This record gives sequence, structure tokens and C-alpha cells, in this order.
Amino acid sequence: MLHGEELDRVGIDGWLENYQRKELLRILTCGSVDDGKSTLIGRLLHDSAGVFEDQLKTLKKDTTRYGTTGEEIDFALLMDGLQAEREQGITIDVAYRYFSTPRRKFIVADTPGHEQYTRNMATGASTSDLAIILIDARKGVLAQTRRHAFICSLLGIKHVVIAVNKMDLVEYSQAIFEQIRHDCAEFLGRLSIPDVHFIPMSARRGENVVGRSTTMPWYQGAPLLDYLETVHIAGDRNSIDLRLPVQLVLRPNLDFRGFAGTLASGILRKGDEIVALPSGRRAFVKQVFVSGAEREEAGPGMAVTITLDREIDISRGDLIARPNNAPPLEHGVEAMVVWMNEAALAPGRQYLIKQSTLMAPVAVTDLRYKIDVNTLKSEDATQLGLNEIGRIRLECAKPLAADAYSKNRHTGAFILIDRMTNATVGAGMILDRTPAEQALDRERRSRDAGTNLTPGSGTISPEARAARIGQRPFTLWLTGLPRSGKSSLAHALEATLFERGVQSVVLDGESLRKGLSSDLGFSARDRIEHVRRAGELARLLNDHGQVVIAAFVSPTAEQRERARSAVGAERFLEIFCDAPLASCESRDTTGFYVRARKGEIPNVPGVDTPYEAPSAPALRLDTASTSLEANVARILELLASRMLLR
Amino acid sequence: MSTFQLTHLEELEAEGIQIIREVVAQFEKPVMLFSIGKDSIAMLRLAEKAFAPGKLPFPLLHVNTTFKFKEMISFRDEFVKSRGHQLIEWINQDGVKSGITPFNAGTQRYTHVMKTEALKQALSHYGFDAAFGGARRDEEKSRAKERVFSFRDRFHQWDPKNQRPELWNLYNGQVAKGESIRVFPLSNWTELDVWLYIYREQIPVIPLYFAKPRPVLNRNGTWIMRDDDRMPLEEGEQPQMRSVRFRTLGCYPLTGAVESQATNLREVIEEMLRSRTSERQGRVIDYDEAGSMEQKKKEGYF
Repeated sequence: MLHGEELDRVGIDGWLENYQRKELLRILTCGSVDDGKSTLIGRLLHDSAGVFEDQLKTLKKDTTRYGTTGEEIDFALLMDGLQAEREQGITIDVAYRYFSTPRRKFIVADTPGHEQYTRNMATGASTSDLAIILIDARKGVLAQTRRHAFICSLLGIKHVVIAVNKMDLVEYSQAIFEQIRHDCAEFLGRLSIPDVHFIPMSARRGENVVGRSTTMPWYQGAPLLDYLETVHIAGDRNSIDLRLPVQLVLRPNLDFRGFAGTLASGILRKGDEIVALPSGRRAFVKQVFVSGAEREEAGPGMAVTITLDREIDISRGDLIARPNNAPPLEHGVEAMVVWMNEAALAPGRQYLIKQSTLMAPVAVTDLRYKIDVNTLKSEDATQLGLNEIGRIRLECAKPLAADAYSKNRHTGAFILIDRMTNATVGAGMILDRTPAEQALDRERRSRDAGTNLTPGSGTISPEARAARIGQRPFTLWLTGLPRSGKSSLAHALEATLFERGVQSVVLDGESLRKGLSSDLGFSARDRIEHVRRAGELARLLNDHGQVVIAAFVSPTAEQRERARSAVGAERFLEIFCDAPLASCESRDTTGFYVRARKGEIPNVPGVDTPYEAPSAPALRLDTASTSLEANVARILELLASRMLLR
Repeated sequence: MSTFQLTHLEELEAEGIQIIREVVAQFEKPVMLFSIGKDSIAMLRLAEKAFAPGKLPFPLLHVNTTFKFKEMISFRDEFVKSRGHQLIEWINQDGVKSGITPFNAGTQRYTHVMKTEALKQALSHYGFDAAFGGARRDEEKSRAKERVFSFRDRFHQWDPKNQRPELWNLYNGQVAKGESIRVFPLSNWTELDVWLYIYREQIPVIPLYFAKPRPVLNRNGTWIMRDDDRMPLEEGEQPQMRSVRFRTLGCYPLTGAVESQATNLREVIEEMLRSRTSERQGRVIDYDEAGSMEQKKKEGYF
């Protein structure tokens, strides 16, 4: 009907011209059936003439059969697509609806507000520019409201409308509306949504949806549709950072070699210098084709093909950027992930990652924590189940040219694919590394350069201390499965060294957990922290001239790498106590493995999380079948060869 | 900066091209369904743009039920030839031998044999692992939840409860041997978008979309054009000349015409803007029962 009015005003030619200039706005609607969400969308579609008469006829028929509104047409039925769902009365997936007004075309992703369906909402949110979060004015802010806002924020939606619906059922009370606004401020402040808008409405009566309400004179703002037609989204596009993920290499003939892809962000012009990642090779842009036609330049979101002035090796999965503005290339990234599969995510599992056009094997090396979407609090987790959200660390077989999701919604996003079932099991958003993490990195690098050997605030240098005691400090880091014989070896070695006049300290789980680590439990996070403390303690002791014998399972290469960086690579010796799992289990008299097998002790390497054997230890000892004395003797040989013993 | 803000048609076009390229990158043997209708024509234009200045890296497939409008076949041959594309035509020969028609078998069974079964035969025969279709989510309720990459098992069947989540523009095309996908690059287009795109691109379409006096019969309130004498007349029935056009095209006995005076694209668009019925009303096969499309899709219909 809106189209009809416009047509009468400007004629078909005027209309066609206007239509060519329309922008697209992608909207996500969140709320449960009870909030009147489907009614709201049905109302938008109907009042803007997106519903045709024959569909309306079917709707009337369906209303008598399934409807909940009696004689009035149940707009909600317009939204429920699949038969089984229709009979259950709930929407269980994402449904897309379309309508347009003289100013814009809209795509509405309708996702359910049901407790179980975080997955669907994340799916709908991933492509949306704006979200409408419905609140039932009678119920106010619920746990689901916080959940919806959190997911919108997580998925990078920049514009949110909080639609306070069913105002007709609370006598259009301004006080109630203001209270809801106030209650939202509490959690919105903890999220990163730059633009939030509140609108009081009654979808069933069409008040403040398309037309302005006369019953709420205290509300001065625009009705919903007005807002949707005018909200400024052009600024959401990133036109600064050139990112062109290469989708295909087109070689129609010998003279043409084009790189095809969709510009994730930035502007690309003929003559620009580009760099291809991961190769780092540079070239200049010779031609730019946009949707098949040659142009001078291209911008964000355009499907392009480019040719270069020289032959450089580029293939699908590579990224084209600018030499002075390229994303970091990293095998390891930190990310938030929404889990979408019944088979839970657990650290150590391997998947395929699809990030931009790159596909590669990837391992989840850490699960840092999960987030309770209702309270927004983080908590320890050993795995991530369906519809759960958590922070993970990934190690990818290929280097990822990835931006933080907050900076680039295209190159910062990825999905995880199960290698057996091919199912899409997770959706991830790469995190900006926090300043603290970057600082840690810098510190580590400077330590590796040996700067930690210069005295800090103290006046006595480590060298002076070592000279006074008359020994060279070092750390022997014994790693291996639980019960692989690390501690007994450590103590036997300590005794031998003591006889030789070398002062040494044994650090192991037992000695640390009684005191220094007594506040830590056995979660994945706590175990990592425990090992971190051991590494730092070893550094302090070494700095004071002491020899350290550290015996920790330290199951990942990353943990051991951290210890090595803390201590300093030049005085760190990694010793692998290599015993098969079966032998460790059989020599265990404490019932540790039995309890781990029963699931009473989580995160046990070899049982429910993997143990990464060191790839290049200073020494590999067979602790299953070689005697303790023989192993001690081999360590002494090693120390002698490194000139660490006098 | 405003020159870089895409209009909605440009955005839909870019999205369609990205989808088509993604399929070519991820699959070994794709094929594009070409039904001769406006949606196919628009989709084909996207494919041409995706690979320009090169040619399409896949063939077109037309499943001919043998009851298509005669004009469709002649238009098809001329159009495909002028664009230099490779076309495969597939007819279910078992169906032809059994002498099945919409009149003797009923529309549902006829469609199943000559369309759904024929399509499955063609896909299996050539070993295509991905098939592009011009379906749009706005056509029908069960389509509204269809994925862009729609996964099919070894038997070409669709399981609405077991579809992969689709996020951003990251399409998961991993399939096991024998499995395939159907791909819908026009998922987010509406009927209006398709016409406007054809208008903008000045693509020739089949004249059946434009009004002209045609011999039609009124059957159950629907105007059916008697394209040849295989369609039996009921007693006392006489075709009458009416100015009609078609909003969708398929098998002529199953395709309703609308009375219209719109003889060109501008007029068709104007008429549609003022109209109050959806295009699927012209399709006899959707009308049978609620959820009928869903049922057909489960069996392997596009």
C-alpha cells in the first residue's frame, strides 16, 4: 500500500528511479513468542504491504486451526514456516522475511527466544545490522533480555532497538517504560553496543510500529518503522583497512589471471600496491572488475576480480592487504566461540576452521572459561556444550591472517567444522589481544634477549650470587604423564647433587600445592596457573643462584614454552620422562587414574585431555623400563656436557 | 564515501556472486538449473558476472517435463546459444514411456515423476555434487527457513531438522561422497527485486511474461492457456481469447495466467506493485495442502 501511494505520487518512472537507490537493512528480531515478536513482524509486513491477499486468506484459515487470537488474525502464524513447528506452536530455526518501503528494503531474520536456541540467534545476528529486542511491558527485563543483548553485542551488532511491547496491557504507563529503560542500563553498560534506542509500543494494535501512537503522548520519539528507515548504517562499513580474501583464481585464458573475491573492507584502486598474505609478496593492481565490469576502484562489500602487474603466487585462502596495513599472521589466536553442536567442545580436539576463504585443520588448545549468558559472569569449564559460549585458544595448521572481530566482522569471524560429520559445530569471533597479553609478550621477548640478566632494582646481580655460592644456576624441567616417575627422579637427582655439593630445590605438584598454589583447584585454567607459578618461582630461585629441579606434567608445548621464557632459554633444560600411559596407570597406587577414569578428576592428561610430547627435549628418558640410577646418570652426563657442573 | 555505499540491488548482486564463486571453489562438479523463468535468467546473469571475462565453469541443466510452453523451449535454445553457454536437457524417459500426463495421473504424481524424479536422475547420471537453483525465500513459508547451501543426502533428500547453521558468508560445503548440496544464490531476493534487476540489467525475458491476447480456459477460477491439443477439453468448453500474462512459468496445464494489460517490463512492475496476490497463487501444485512444498522438498524437489 505504501508502494501504491508512492506510485501515485511519482509515477512508475520516478518509482523505478527511487527504487534503484534504496539501501538494504538487515534486521534481527529477538524475543519469545509470548513477547509478541511474531505479531510485530507480521504487523510490519502487513502494514507495509509485504503480505499478499492469498497469503492472508491462508492465514485466516490457519488462524481458526492453530491460532491463539480468536477472531482476530494471528500474525504470528505468518512467521512459522515448517509444519511440525507450526503444530508445536514454536519457531525452532531462523526464518527470513522481506519487506520494503519507499526508503529501504528490509531483511528480517526471525530467531526464537526459547531457552535452548542461542545457536539460532547467533546465526541470525551474524549478518544483521540492527537488532530489535522485545520486552513484554508486563514482565519487564528478564534473563532472556540480558542474553539477547549479550549475543547482539558479541556478534558485533551496532544498533539495537529495545521494543517495549504490550504497552496496552499496562495502561500505556510511562513509569513502567522508564523503569524498564533504567533496568536495561545496568547490563547495557557492560556490553559494547554503541547505539541503543527504546520505543514503547503495542504490536497487536499497531501503535508506534508503523504509525505514531496517540495513546502515549509522553513518548516524543519516532515509531519503529521510521527509525528503521532512517538509522544511519553507512558508517558501519570499514573503508580504511583493505582486506580482500581470495576466493578463486580465474584463468579463462593464458593472458588473464584474475583474483576473485568479495572486498571484506577497504577501498581498492587501480595502481595500488598490495601485499599477498601469507607469502608477503608485493605487486601493483593492474585492473579492477566490479561485478564483471572494469572500474577504477572498488569498495567494501563489492564482488571484485583484480589482475596484478606481475606474476606472484596467490591461491584461494590467501588475503590481499596493503603493505603498511596488513593483519598479523598468527598460528595461535584467542577467540570467543558459540557452540552449536550436541558433541561438546573440549580442549585438545581438532576441527577444520573456515575463516574468510581459508580452510585448515585447527586444534582447540585451551578453554579459558565459559560465560553464563543470563548473568554474563564467566566461570571455569572443562567443555562447552550446545548453546554455550566460551573463550578459547586455537592453534591453526596454517597462519591465519585475521583481524579482531571488533575491527573487522568479515576477517575476524570463523566457523569450526567437525572433521567426521562435516557439521558446522561452532561460530567464532577472534579477540583483540588485551594490552596485558601484549605486555606479557613484549616482556617475554625482552627476556629472551637476555636483558633479565642485568640487575633490576637489586644491587646484587644473579652472576654475583652464583659466584658466591660457587655454582651455575639452571632449571631442569621434567615433563611427562602423571605417575611417569618425575618426582622420584627429581628427588634421586637432588640427593646425588647434594652429595656433590650442589644446592638444589625440587619443585613439584606436591610441594607447591601445599602452599603457593593452595588457592588453586584442578580446572584447566587453574592447572595452567599452577604451572605458570612454578616457572616464575624457578626463575626467582635461579636468579638467586639455586639449581631448580621442576617436576610438572605440563602437558602442552605452550605451557612449557612459557616456563622456558620465564626462566630464560639459556638456563632451561627440558627433560621428557617418557613412559606409556598403561605403565603409568599400573604403577599408580593412589587410585588417581581410577578416579580420573570415572570422571571424578577432570582435565587429566592422557585420560580426558591430550598430552603433547615434547618435540625436541634436551633429554628423553625411558622412565618405564630404565632404572632410576641409570636415568640420574644420564642427566649428570647432560649437565657435564653443558658445563653446568664443576 | 557515499559512492561506496551499495544500493540494495548491488548488495544482493554481490552476495549472489560470492555464493556462486564459493560453490565453484568448494565443489568438483556443479551445475546450474535453468528453468527459463525470470529467476533463472537473473541467476544466470550473476554467474556470468562472477566469472567475467571468462566463461561459466559449469553447464546449465533444464529438466523438461514435456509439458512446458512451446515458447519456453524456443526461447531457451535461442537464449543459451546467444550467450554461448552449454545446456543439458533432461527428460524422464521412464515417465514418457509410461505415458504419464497431468491429466491422467493428477498434478502431484505427474510433478513427482517428471520434475522431482527427473531432476534426481539427471543429478545422479552426471554426478553433479552441487546444483544451483533460483528459489527465493519469499516464495513460500517453508522456503523462508531454507539455507543458502542446502544439504542433501545420497538420496537427494532434504531433512529440515538436520540443516547446518549458516553464519556470516562462511558457507560449509564439506560433503561426503555421494552427498550433494542445492544452492540458492537468490535466497534473499524478492519477486520485485528480480524484476527490478532484470529491468536494470536490460536482460531479455520470455514474452509469456507480458500481456497479449491468448486462448485460455477457466478451470476452477484459474486461467489456463491451452498450448496444444494434448489438453483434453471438457464438455462444452471453448478456449476464449483474453489479454493475459504469466507471473511464473512451468508446465502449461499447471500454470495460471492473470488478466493483464501490461505489455512491457515497466508496466509489469507497476501492475505488481498495485497487485494484492502473491505469484505462487498461479501455481496449482502449491495449493493442495498446508506444508505441501515442505513435503515435496523432503522428497527431493527443488
